[in-house]
Amino acid sequence: MAVVRIPTVLRPQTGGKARVEVEGVTVGEVLRALVADNPALEERLLEDGKVRGYVNVFVDDEDIRYLDGESTAVPAGVEISIMPAVAGGAR
Amino acid sequence: MRFGDVSQAIGNTPLVGLPRLSPPGYEIHLKLEGHNPTGSVKDRVAAFLIREAERQGRLSPGQRILEPTSGNTGIALAAICRVRGYPLTCVMPENTSEERKQTLTMFGAQIVLSPATEGSNGSVRVAREMAAADPDLFMPFQYGNTANALAHHETTAPEIIADLPDVTAFVGGLGTGGTVTGVGKRLKRWNPDIRIYAAEPEYGDLVYGLRNLDEGYIPEVLDLDVLDGRIKVDSLRALEMTRRLVAEEGIFAGVSTGASVAVAVRVCGRLPEGSKIVALSPDGGWKYLSTGAYAPGDVERIATAISGTLWA
Repeated sequence: MAVVRIPTVLRPQTGGKARVEVEGVTVGEVLRALVADNPALEERLLEDGKVRGYVNVFVDDEDIRYLDGESTAVPAGVEISIMPAVAGGAR
Repeated sequence: MRFGDVSQAIGNTPLVGLPRLSPPGYEIHLKLEGHNPTGSVKDRVAAFLIREAERQGRLSPGQRILEPTSGNTGIALAAICRVRGYPLTCVMPENTSEERKQTLTMFGAQIVLSPATEGSNGSVRVAREMAAADPDLFMPFQYGNTANALAHHETTAPEIIADLPDVTAFVGGLGTGGTVTGVGKRLKRWNPDIRIYAAEPEYGDLVYGLRNLDEGYIPEVLDLDVLDGRIKVDSLRALEMTRRLVAEEGIFAGVSTGASVAVAVRVCGRLPEGSKIVALSPDGGWKYLSTGAYAPGDVERIATAISGTLWA
């Protein structure tokens, strides 16, 4: 079981849930299981089956682009976060 | 050190060791950008934005400059605009702190407010509309201007190489992407084995609740390929490390500095023993006192309180 943290903007597609538990041992498996359980998420998260460019996926706080992408292993108890990009900050 | 005027006294900031916060067998060094004339790393960026625009003939004497910014970039631009004779307009969210409005007003900048609910993206939108409607305005636009990363490529990185030629890794915060892109490219040209890590601020739901996912914006100056890792840091861990910097190393820095030092400590685990890591401190803590980040009390409660504001 993996725990996926859902950003506020995607909670309408998860029935309001901020954390969702799904099966999977890689990021790709987890995301596909997540989309299977919550079909409304698919268009928001994926494009041609791949994670959209402006969607950031973190495993244990690390961007999967710099790990093994969708093949990144998801050890038990480690959290996956989906985060919208925030440009700029206060500067 | 003597300089003709304040606009020339930018850069050459101290690089100080953090012997008490570095894990055993590693050396973390912190580059203190709060030592720049207006107190932040953005003095370098503002100087390059103006210098490049003048060099390219895109800025005429006395022309009004417009930039969406509520913080360090605005204050840095305001100081340079004073000595170079350009009037300045800053577009900022209406909920920007009073100390920032006062500082910008003191420097003679005009302030245009954008809706609080749209955050910094709203300031960008309003500034773009104003620039499109008035051809007499010049908008440097740090998110999309190559002069932003160039400032770090030409000044920040060479200073690091001069002070610590055997640097193994660099950690910078992720805002416009100018720091990690400019420093990263120059350091990798010096030694391709140098690792570059970005510390991404993770705010509370309040901040993200204002944005749509598809509004997610990758600034044009950010080159994701220069990075070897991107690690998010939440308000609690950033604040804890910011407070440890004060308590253990005697350094009073802004909250985003804590985020970068936390990432520097974390990446030591994947670097060979003996590695020398440079983290960049964008500014001191002074401008953030009113957020309560340094107030006495329970650090978890304070972290929750500041997680709804943009602290980096």
